Amino acid sequence: MPIPVRLRVNNTPREHTIEPRVLLVHYLRDHCNLTGTHVGCETGICGACTVLVDGKAVKSCTVFAVQADGSDVTTIEGLATNGHLHPVQQGFWDRHGLQCGYCTPGMIMASVHLLATGAAGSREAIAEGLRGNLCRCTGYSHIIDAVQNAQQAANAEVARA
Amino acid sequence: MPDQTPYIGRAMKRVEDPRLIKGIGTYVDDLRLPGLLHACILRSPYAHARIQRIDTTAAKAIPGVVGVFTGPEVNDSCGLVPCAAAIPDLKAPKHTVLASDRVYFVGHAVAVAVASDPYIARDAIDAIDVDYDPLPVVVNPEEAVKEGTPLTHPDLGTNVAFTHSVAGGSNIDDAFKRADRVIKHRLYHQRLTPMPIEPRGAVASYHAGEGTLTLWSSTQIPHLLRTLLPGMIGVAENKLRIVAPEVGGGFGAKLNVYAEEALVSHLAMRLNAPVKWIESRRENAASTIHGRDQIGEYEIAVKNDGTILGIKSRTIADLGAYNQLLTPMVPTLTGLVLTGCYRIPAVKIDIVGVYTNKMSTDAYRGAGRPEATYLIERLMDVIAREMGVDRLELRLKHFPAPTEFPFATSCGLTYDSGNYQGALTKAKQLAGWDQLLKERAAARAAGRLFGVGVSTYVEICAMGPSAAMPAGGWEWGCVRMEISGKVTVITGVSPHGQGQETSFAQIAADRLGVPIEDVVVLHGDTNVAHYGRDTYGSRGTAVGGTAIVMCIDKIVAKAKALAAHLLETTADHVEFANGTFSSPGVTNREIPWAELAGAAYIAKSLPAGFEPGLEASSFFEPSNFTFPFGTHICAVDVDRDTGHVAIKKYIAVDDCGPQINPLLVEGQVQGGIAHSIGQVLFEQTVYDENGQLLTGEFMDYAMPRASDIPEYVLGHTVTPSPVNPLGVKGVGEAGTIGSTPAIANAVLDALEPLGITHLDLPMTPERVWQAIKTRTAATV
Repeated sequence: MPIPVRLRVNNTPREHTIEPRVLLVHYLRDHCNLTGTHVGCETGICGACTVLVDGKAVKSCTVFAVQADGSDVTTIEGLATNGHLHPVQQGFWDRHGLQCGYCTPGMIMASVHLLATGAAGSREAIAEGLRGNLCRCTGYSHIIDAVQNAQQAANAEVARA
Repeated sequence: MPDQTPYIGRAMKRVEDPRLIKGIGTYVDDLRLPGLLHACILRSPYAHARIQRIDTTAAKAIPGVVGVFTGPEVNDSCGLVPCAAAIPDLKAPKHTVLASDRVYFVGHAVAVAVASDPYIARDAIDAIDVDYDPLPVVVNPEEAVKEGTPLTHPDLGTNVAFTHSVAGGSNIDDAFKRADRVIKHRLYHQRLTPMPIEPRGAVASYHAGEGTLTLWSSTQIPHLLRTLLPGMIGVAENKLRIVAPEVGGGFGAKLNVYAEEALVSHLAMRLNAPVKWIESRRENAASTIHGRDQIGEYEIAVKNDGTILGIKSRTIADLGAYNQLLTPMVPTLTGLVLTGCYRIPAVKIDIVGVYTNKMSTDAYRGAGRPEATYLIERLMDVIAREMGVDRLELRLKHFPAPTEFPFATSCGLTYDSGNYQGALTKAKQLAGWDQLLKERAAARAAGRLFGVGVSTYVEICAMGPSAAMPAGGWEWGCVRMEISGKVTVITGVSPHGQGQETSFAQIAADRLGVPIEDVVVLHGDTNVAHYGRDTYGSRGTAVGGTAIVMCIDKIVAKAKALAAHLLETTADHVEFANGTFSSPGVTNREIPWAELAGAAYIAKSLPAGFEPGLEASSFFEPSNFTFPFGTHICAVDVDRDTGHVAIKKYIAVDDCGPQINPLLVEGQVQGGIAHSIGQVLFEQTVYDENGQLLTGEFMDYAMPRASDIPEYVLGHTVTPSPVNPLGVKGVGEAGTIGSTPAIANAVLDALEPLGITHLDLPMTPERVWQAIKTRTAATV
């Protein structure tokens, strides 16, 4: 039986009646029409579907949309503010942190969480922190560069403030 | 005025990226069409079985289900899945889009359900009832060639698909008669799963009024699909539009014509509604092509000083159950480049292609060249050890000199240009080779297992001359100087991560003298890029880029004729530089592109016989392949207690000719090396003795993660190719080709003090630990 789900996605309130079995990733893609969040495996391994739920990185293929009822979800589409790329997005662009781009939204969202939790202090820490996200194109090195760039940009921002 | 610095050679950020990092690119699964239906495929859980009965009644009764179809209901309308490889006397099974009365591998498509919602389509396949009668299974290709063993396809009467023999250079028997030693070695190139992060998918939409069909597919080859699909589904080529939208990685896995592409096309026509099929990861692991899976026995004739006189190889290639597009061709590519960078006077290559009850193998990143390079580079280390010569000296001794290019090999190829010594010397310097050997000595003295490995490679790129390709190796391009002075570049290659929207814009902007922001590169839609041979075999820039250069040359020549008319002079007095036409000494007037293009399209004042417009298209037919090369060096630490291999240092020197965009080259090389780290240390596609796929998920198929990757030290040398005007060679597969043996050699170098001289890939912690344990026990 379809049941109601209410949550905020990228600061927009959303309300739908959906089947309880609908995965959060499919809810975002098919009901909210936010197709930037990708499906790579449906088993929670590849991380292409990573979004932020109440600020935490969550693989959206591992939760039902109804489990996210009442929460605040941020997807890749909600990351840039006022037309300005998030420092992590900018880092990925500047350092060629993507090729085919399919893992990229999840990789970026996981990196945003990593930065927010202060866990991106070194190359090793970034690599460890991104173990939950697979990329088959880049060989990861440029991704780590990208996150380091974003960390430096964030540090500079703090220094300026 | 544009920046005067050439764009070519600059590490520029990609123009593709903004849409991808914002999540607003459009992959196949992102397409939304009115009335879209969703297909889900039921696949065989058995490797070999007779289908006794299929009951779809319950599935059809589910609300929202539009149709459920089995093989006998669709196969006649979908033709046979094509194989383009020209292998003489190939025995081939009929490859229908759904199984008819038997299944031949786990994952073989048995039935398809179509519904208004993907969840309902999945419910429907769960409700299909199939009775299977299991049959004997063929999993071991070496057993499969023996008399009296079960058959993959009983109607073929044999498991042997083909045998292929090539002898090249001088007489092989003489070489072996003159040898001081004959070294024998066996090497297994394990089965691998390409695993692009985006699985395959397709959407078909039929316009009944026009009789036209549009197929969006996550493919590397929209144009080859447009050539081959008409023969399957009966829609003429000129009524068929194929679109490869954003494609989430390929690595050869999407260099194919798949059953599902014909199936969704047929269903869209049959149901008169657009139909989408998106592959799950489990389906991707089971039903998208695998790579490698070749077992080789080698004999090398050597003199006491290490001089190699000849190589004999016998390869058994596991093809799986069916021939996909290039399945039987891939092992023959291994034979083409078996001699690697070396002067080896005589070769004899025998290949046996064998059917087994598994998914097809086909072209996976490198396709044949990684196999050959792994073989020859492992063998060079084996020879060096056996004959007591230095491994670098042995390699140097067999390199052709830079002045000997073009260099004809015993395998029948002519390497275009090369300086193998240069790349090796540079890699040695970057690695601090002598220092690494000192570190190794110190580590060994301390009881640590530290190893240094080297590999040199040459590969075949820029595929290729049409004479050597199954379906034309040329490439098409079109360049239009628009009326506004903006430039539209259309290419027949189909990038899916390589970044040619950027690198081709760099080429066009330089050659036309316009700002790069004024150039747009289009690709991947056969209604826009009318012809093409697509993206594989590291051909994009060398072949496709050259077609663009040819178009630009035509446009500039035409523009000069118009400029001469406008400047009231003759074309030979017109100079073209930085996007401006002038005639110094005749007039001070200068005509920029926008003004010239305006004149060309408004067409009020054209020279006699001048066709309006400024557009040119070209087909480039390469005269030869290109042969990039390089040297990779790797240092590893092996943990005695756990068998874990840690890569401590990785140095790659690659020569792909002049680099259009060094940032993109770096990305290709790093990504390629990661595939090899996976192959050497973790990855293997495993079927059990019943033909059951054990690595059907990311949970079971171990791909490298960020923390498995070392910091790379990358260098390059630049040896232009004479085959194309850009001098470029290609770099998409180099990382994967050069690095597998470098890492494997490093691990075996680390284990040498224990007397371990060989380990099969992948060198997983368990396998390494077992070897260490066995050896340690033996010596206690």
